[in-house]
Amino acid sequence: MINAALAEELGRIVGPRWVRHRRAELATYTMDGLPTHESYPGIVVLPGSRDELIAVVQFLHRKRVPFVPRGAGTGLSGGAIADGNAVLVALTRLTRIISVDPVARRAVLEPGVVNARLSEAVAPMGLQYVPDPSSQTACTVGGNVAENAGGPHCLKAGVTTNHVVELEVLLPDGSLVHLGSRHGDAWGPDLVGLFVGSEGMFGIACAITVKLEPIPASIRTMLADFPSVRGASEAVSAIIASGIVPAALEMMDQACVMAVESSIYAAGYPTDAAAVLLVELDGAPSAVEAEYAVVEPILRRHGARTVQSADTPLERARLWQGRKKAFGAMGRVAPDLAVQDAVVPRSALPDILDQVNAIRDRYQLKISNVFHAGDGNLHPNISFDRRDPELSERVQAASREIMKVCVAAGGSITGEHGVGSDKIDYMPLIFDAETLGAMQAVRRVFDPAELANPGKVVPVRACREWAGTPAARARQEVA
Amino acid sequence: MSDSIALRLRQLLGNEAVERDASGLPRAVPDSTENAARVLSAAHEQGWRVRIEGRGGWLAADAPADLALSTQSLARLTSVSPADLVASVEAGVPLDQLHRRLADDGMWFAVDPPGRPERSLGSVIATAASGPLRQGFGTIRDHILGLTVVTGDGRIVRAGGKVVKNVAGYDLGKLQIGGFGGFGLVTELNLRLRALPRADRTLIARASRDRLTNAGRTITEGRLALHALELFSPALAAESDWVLAARFLGTEEGVAAEVHRLPSVTEEITWQELPADRTAAFWHLAARATLGGAVTIRLGVLQPGLDDVLDLVRDVLGEGLVSAGAGTAGGIRWSGEAQPDALRSLRHQVAQQEIPMTLERAPWTLRRQVGHFGAYREGVGQLVDRLRGTFDPGALLSVALSGE
Repeated sequence: MINAALAEELGRIVGPRWVRHRRAELATYTMDGLPTHESYPGIVVLPGSRDELIAVVQFLHRKRVPFVPRGAGTGLSGGAIADGNAVLVALTRLTRIISVDPVARRAVLEPGVVNARLSEAVAPMGLQYVPDPSSQTACTVGGNVAENAGGPHCLKAGVTTNHVVELEVLLPDGSLVHLGSRHGDAWGPDLVGLFVGSEGMFGIACAITVKLEPIPASIRTMLADFPSVRGASEAVSAIIASGIVPAALEMMDQACVMAVESSIYAAGYPTDAAAVLLVELDGAPSAVEAEYAVVEPILRRHGARTVQSADTPLERARLWQGRKKAFGAMGRVAPDLAVQDAVVPRSALPDILDQVNAIRDRYQLKISNVFHAGDGNLHPNISFDRRDPELSERVQAASREIMKVCVAAGGSITGEHGVGSDKIDYMPLIFDAETLGAMQAVRRVFDPAELANPGKVVPVRACREWAGTPAARARQEVA
Repeated sequence: MSDSIALRLRQLLGNEAVERDASGLPRAVPDSTENAARVLSAAHEQGWRVRIEGRGGWLAADAPADLALSTQSLARLTSVSPADLVASVEAGVPLDQLHRRLADDGMWFAVDPPGRPERSLGSVIATAASGPLRQGFGTIRDHILGLTVVTGDGRIVRAGGKVVKNVAGYDLGKLQIGGFGGFGLVTELNLRLRALPRADRTLIARASRDRLTNAGRTITEGRLALHALELFSPALAAESDWVLAARFLGTEEGVAAEVHRLPSVTEEITWQELPADRTAAFWHLAARATLGGAVTIRLGVLQPGLDDVLDLVRDVLGEGLVSAGAGTAGGIRWSGEAQPDALRSLRHQVAQQEIPMTLERAPWTLRRQVGHFGAYREGVGQLVDRLRGTFDPGALLSVALSGE
């Protein structure tokens, strides 16, 4: 179905210059942020308006051509890549902030708005958009909705799903539905909650209403360095148990600190520390002061050698720099990076990190850990060179073992990156056949023809069949 | 027929797990998710209509059915992890019991829904009813990490997980939270907990409604860190005037500073702090007072529109018992006596302002006529119907989501 004629017809909708179908043009779109999955899409189309987007999806539905929605392509699950039989619908030209209501603290956006740009746009009103994935200067809010993205500041304020209240969704059959309401309460069941995190398989959010939050009056960032990872992990649990939920609670291990400090992003982190902990407190000045008075001794009690703290934006940025640029710094260590995203119960962190290190040693790999310690979301990053097949195989095997260890501790296979192509084989580790079947059935409610982002998230072979009853079949036929 | 149903249920669950309600209707009281699944599977095979019951603390058990399915024996706290601030519980657990048990370990489930303190957790999930603490901690959906649901045809679906951050697969649990049981019976839940706050202080002000909603606005503009800011009507608060209640949680010093700031941002009203030993009782009474009318509705409305919508509700339904979020969370809850036409009319009028109205509680005849939801926006009704068809293919769960 993918051929020059199809490209030409798409060109009639969006203009020929916004359709790519020559191999060299497609090369940009063969991967997302994860180098381990690569695939050439059949065609890439870049609609320039909501109307063009609707026309594209309606056209593709008429032709029964599968499509993959894509934002900035910064995802880390191989979710926004398409094979040669599908059209990649890039939403990066839909960048309008449609409206901002500073009193009700709401903003309505097109899906291609870059995450950080939204916060910049509302900053003069004293407001911000809280979820802040590390890729926030590039990633789009539409992509954040698809992945239910998190970020360092989601510990206290929640992830994307806690900040999206209303969606105008273009279903894969080209029809529009309005989910949720700007007020936050739903019209009926919580379909916004169901849609967020559906990884582009339920349709495309073409207008997104998000909550805005006030920029905190006071922010204090602390950097503590520990002689042991265990001490740092236990400090994390102790802080949370004290009743204080910091705005962010991030950890980096020595390998990660070394990578940062030997890069252009060097932030002055102590390279002899086994672990570095970043703690950020925000709120009213008095509350921050009071929480600091509790947190600082907890850090010391659990073995922190030094605790630096900063209140000014410049100083805080310096403390954050190493964390924010950790992924970039690791790029120097080796050409490729396998990024993991498992979550474990906070209390299991020290043991899990020991086990990850044991796996590292057994497979003789370079692993650096940088993670959202406050919510147990690990990012063990394996540096490698994918041109070396034997090494790549070891990376795959080690990744799988790390995942199994995390699942065995009662965790999850992904905390914020999504399943995409990368973790689809891990899904049966945490969901039984019936639950996977339910996911597939819900997917079919939104997309009966299964045209949107086919083959991702749900391992269809592992599903128990749903919608098998006569009544359900009849309904499907009607649908 | 009811004898043959009771017999079949006894074969499935044993004698002790089958009762009769006051009208003689067979009632299955399974003690596990698997047994609940056996009941719903059998009902699906036989085409029996099923009414889901909790502890009777919210909705009356009056939906027409061939059998009742109760969560009363699904009331265990399966596991509690103070280090992770996560608990796994069964849906029939009474809320007050849950709170007490968690408090023993210094933990807290930060929800305060309307109704009796002993209402079941499952009823809170089904109705997605949140109370004043939604200002500080979000609505009930923000506290649920994972859940187990038995579908109308007896399948067991385990959505989400036990960790505080998780994007594996679609977020199926969201459909059940606020689904009024129309998509299955929730049997088990994993809850996100918090450590009990060190300080918990409540101040109240009595004044006219306008002055208090205005105070709500200035508090929002002043960006005070508070965790509840709820407006109560005179009838609900059993006072002669409207009451605005502000609740501050956190460290002693942090709370003290915010409490100190409160009068300076709301100069036009006078605050009075409740004695520490009366704080809990004040909020409990307010939650319970909602039951003073046979009908409860909630409206999703943000603070800027609060005054107008409060007027509209009064004009259409009467004074009733009102609570409303005067902070950023917004929301109005109204309880009283109401006729179907008035409810439909109000739903129609607020829909024009894109404000959803949910019927949270009413006798069956009214639920059937008005529906918990209804007035869906374009295309949503179809999705809801298809989802119901997926999770209750025999259409046997006796729930009036959309009304007539």
